[in-house]
Amino acid sequence: MERIPILQMGEFLLVTIQVDMHDRLAMTLQDDLTNRIIQSSARGVLIDISALEIVDSFIGRILGNIAKMSQILDAKTVVVGMQPAVAITLVELGLSLTGVRTALNVEKGMVLLRKSLAAAPRESIDGDAEV
Amino acid sequence: MNIQSSADIVLVRQAVRQWAVDLGFSLVDQTKIVTAASELARNTLDYGGGGTVKLEALQEGIRPGLRLTFEDAGPGIPDIDLALKDGFTTGNGLGMGLGGSKRLVNEFNIVSRVGEGTCITITKWK
Amino acid sequence: MHLSGKSKISEILKNSQSQLLTDWLSEQMAAGIRKDLIKESILREECREFLELLSQAVQQGDGTDIHSFQWESVRDMLTSISRSRTQKGFSPSETAIFVFSLKQPFFNRLRSELAQDSEALIDEIWLVTTLLDKLGLWTTEMYQKVREEVIMRQQEELLELSTPVVKLWDGILALPIIGTLDSARTQIVMESLLQKIVETGSEVAIIDITGVPTVDTLTAQHLLKTVTAARLMGADCILSGIRPQIAQTIVYLGVDLADVVTKASLADAFTLALKRTGATISRSQTRS
Repeated sequence: MERIPILQMGEFLLVTIQVDMHDRLAMTLQDDLTNRIIQSSARGVLIDISALEIVDSFIGRILGNIAKMSQILDAKTVVVGMQPAVAITLVELGLSLTGVRTALNVEKGMVLLRKSLAAAPRESIDGDAEV
Repeated sequence: MNIQSSADIVLVRQAVRQWAVDLGFSLVDQTKIVTAASELARNTLDYGGGGTVKLEALQEGIRPGLRLTFEDAGPGIPDIDLALKDGFTTGNGLGMGLGGSKRLVNEFNIVSRVGEGTCITITKWK
Repeated sequence: MHLSGKSKISEILKNSQSQLLTDWLSEQMAAGIRKDLIKESILREECREFLELLSQAVQQGDGTDIHSFQWESVRDMLTSISRSRTQKGFSPSETAIFVFSLKQPFFNRLRSELAQDSEALIDEIWLVTTLLDKLGLWTTEMYQKVREEVIMRQQEELLELSTPVVKLWDGILALPIIGTLDSARTQIVMESLLQKIVETGSEVAIIDITGVPTVDTLTAQHLLKTVTAARLMGADCILSGIRPQIAQTIVYLGVDLADVVTKASLADAFTLALKRTGATISRSQTRS
């Protein structure tokens, strides 16, 4: 079964969506991502949608879900690379994607993640702040 | 085209995209009509129990247009005005996407009868 | 009686084409065909081809409906003549003369062939007249259609040229808008801004409307949509140069700018943008 690959980059996970996702694929991604976050204790997730030409309410929901689930697992999500035509369409559609942070590309997304992690360091068991 | 599974929604998107490209729509307009098609196809599948979509290329003077007609024999929509309001939802999700889809196209027509089905026609001009 | 393969007209077209052609050409010359814009040899070829196609169409069907399938090649030929005349700079009348000037030659031939039968003569003259009228009108319509297409294309090109997005600094773009924003222009402007944001990877875009005299609801909404779209992409917009009148209009129209950062001048917006991107400006020390 086809899966969307999840790359590990240090304490971040990178997902690059390049295909026109159908429902099952999207659900599989959600599951895979959740497992991976736990497995790798990742602090951040970058979702690269620069190749996505269409984002409808379904995909919007998936992205929102991923952000919420990651939050529960103590990781932050940033969606990067949204195409202008997609952004314009989403605004018109009325999809606000609240709770989803965005950045122009992967590098800027990582900068954003590092900044927000520095502001909210994870506490280790013996009380020392761990960034 | 038939809409009976989520794989069909992807096929509808691809078909609408191709037609929009052939008719010379700008990238933004292409994105808008394909997204609207995706929303309505999904509605047809999720709320209408499956149905069909018809694609038509139109011409008004020098302007080309694309018309999509989504039909299903599902439960129908009891309160159309309510369904068109943003944020309306009967299921668990962002709702039917009707109000939003309406803004993406130039013409939006909906006929629905409870117990008989729904027919939505959208048109986008270049 | 209607035009058919049996009528005199069709016979004339079949048998006396070259005579018709000569008469027609001299008719057009007399009408003052633009010799400076079209070579006689080309005109002759066009006329010859037209008569040929006309002959075939008349043989095949009746002449009452020039939109029918049998008349397709005639219509296409006239359309292409209209197109080339438009490009060469002919006026609509000058273009239509091509068809209308064919009447007199036809009348001449009909008169000589049907000298004995005045009834038939009148009928045939009427048939030719109505047919050529229809074809002449078609030619004029096609001429206008082509003109419209050209104008539309020029308008699009003009719109694209008049919306420059400037790079002020690394990661900071500015879009100074001058003149009134109508719906079409605003959309193009906004699309090009968003495109530039992606291309340059700029996280801040300053939209300066100092040069915009008035703003209506639609434009204000477009501006808001652009800001929202930019934010969705991962960039931020600062609106600058809002004049008091525009501020009033915006409040009056009930447009909610609560979320958008605004600055009175482009300079202030630039300063803020620099801060946002983490840049600082320091003056270099000069030795005195």
